[in-house]
Amino acid sequence: MNAIEITDFRKEYGTTVAVRGISLSVREGELFGLIGPDGSGKTTTMRAVCTLLVPDAGTILVQGLDTSRDVMRIRAVLGYMPQRFSLYQDLSVEQNLRFFADLFRVPPAERLEREEQLYRFSRLSEFKKRKAAALSGGMKQKLALSCALVHTPRVLVLDEPTTGVDPVSRREFWDILRSIQKQGTTILVSTAYLDEADRCDRVALMYRGRVVVSGAPSSVREGFSYPLYRLKGKDVRALQAQFAAAAETRTTQLFGDALHVVFNVEPSESRWAEWRATSAGNLETWGRQPPSIEDVFMDLMSTQDEGAPGAAPAGARS
Amino acid sequence: MNTSIHTENLTRKFGEFVAVDRVNISVGSGEIFGFLGPNGAGKTTVIRMLCGLLKPTAGKATVAGFDVYTQSELIKQNIGYMSQKFSLYDDLSVGENFEFYAGVYGLGAGEIAEKRREILGRFGLEAYGSAVTRDLPLGFKQRLALGCAVLHEPRILFLDEPTSGVDPKARREFWKTIHDTAAGGTTVFVTTHYMEEAEYCHRVSIIDGGVIVALDTPGRLKESHGKESVQDVFVDIVGSD
Repeated sequence: MNAIEITDFRKEYGTTVAVRGISLSVREGELFGLIGPDGSGKTTTMRAVCTLLVPDAGTILVQGLDTSRDVMRIRAVLGYMPQRFSLYQDLSVEQNLRFFADLFRVPPAERLEREEQLYRFSRLSEFKKRKAAALSGGMKQKLALSCALVHTPRVLVLDEPTTGVDPVSRREFWDILRSIQKQGTTILVSTAYLDEADRCDRVALMYRGRVVVSGAPSSVREGFSYPLYRLKGKDVRALQAQFAAAAETRTTQLFGDALHVVFNVEPSESRWAEWRATSAGNLETWGRQPPSIEDVFMDLMSTQDEGAPGAAPAGARS
Repeated sequence: MNTSIHTENLTRKFGEFVAVDRVNISVGSGEIFGFLGPNGAGKTTVIRMLCGLLKPTAGKATVAGFDVYTQSELIKQNIGYMSQKFSLYDDLSVGENFEFYAGVYGLGAGEIAEKRREILGRFGLEAYGSAVTRDLPLGFKQRLALGCAVLHEPRILFLDEPTSGVDPKARREFWKTIHDTAAGGTTVFVTTHYMEEAEYCHRVSIIDGGVIVALDTPGRLKESHGKESVQDVFVDIVGSD
């Protein structure tokens, strides 16, 4: 039995179709990532998994239980951290954590060790007595995470838990997720940081209410068959303008101080020589490189946009 | 290059807690200056002092040539500010939000119409003037918030995690807008947790525990730490405690 089984799930809000009939399975004990731009249907899907909205069509099973019928039984085995998690602003860090431990009936024997573990990851131990209202934005997020993790649920659903969290704390957070997974918990998590996709066992890329691609991160990357080059130069934005206009180019994206160019066909040596000459010394180095999840995601999104006439973003009215 | 922001031993204490400890930075006009650091390192406290919203405990700071202790009103007239919790009215249209802010900044009716055309055009929002803000994707809201922050043509723009939670495609579009804005001579002081965005800045500083622990161009930071990316430099510096 899969931990989460989504079959032909569809959800509309008025005239906007948020999710257009998706099917996904999350295996027992798996760490599964949902990736996609804002408005792609990630949050709607997660809320439906958590029994917080009823599908217009299709079914969702959590631990074999139907989200439209077995609401209370599902909620007993499920932990959910929404994007906007509500903490008690006038309670201290410690009091918030204990409140959620009480609410989810964490046995007293496990409580101390659990709290210590969560304090270690969140680095909040020196702020135990501080009221939630007086925490910085990032610290609030970490406290909210801790509260959602306090009862070690069977199925944990986290909607962009690391948004606004610094790189070092994000690494620590993913280590915590791994340790929770090792205890047997299934985790469904969405993220806007695509480097985090590689930390998942499997991922699904959502776009405009559909699953565009899914699988293990390695197979998603290997399934991308176009030649990708990483270019460096004095002015990467000028390089981008130059390569965006080349006939062989499929897509171009800035990656920090480098430019990634995806070609439809492998460019010849003489083409590179031509490009180098045209750039008047701007193009310095180039080399073939295996695609990251972010490369695949950006390429899929850019090419899907081209196929859609007008390409208005979901939800926009003009 | 003229100096837009200058601090000398800028310090802020909250009781016994030293949130910002003798910070020295100098940002030139038209520069994109990245201000990085872990959560709680003091980033927002520095920004609040530079925006004239919070008095320093010690040290000096000038913004657009004005003193943060005595000329905070003049500073406010010369800066734009946008945070991750940007304030737009969800139930107003894009155009109505823009006109509201233009009114707040004291633009006249003719000026508002002209600015509206110019800025909505520059930020790729011209087709969405009548769209209700609530229905816009987050990336569009962020660009609108930026448009509202620059409509009075500030000399310095403070952006506090402007791309938090925005998808990679929208973030790249947002950064293109930041580059265009800086190319027009506006100074940009920006915080982010996306380390590849740090690479888009002219210079970056890393603040940890209220202290500036690194300050250089992204290229020289990577070179001096022997790392491939600013992300690795950041983890090297901040993760070592």
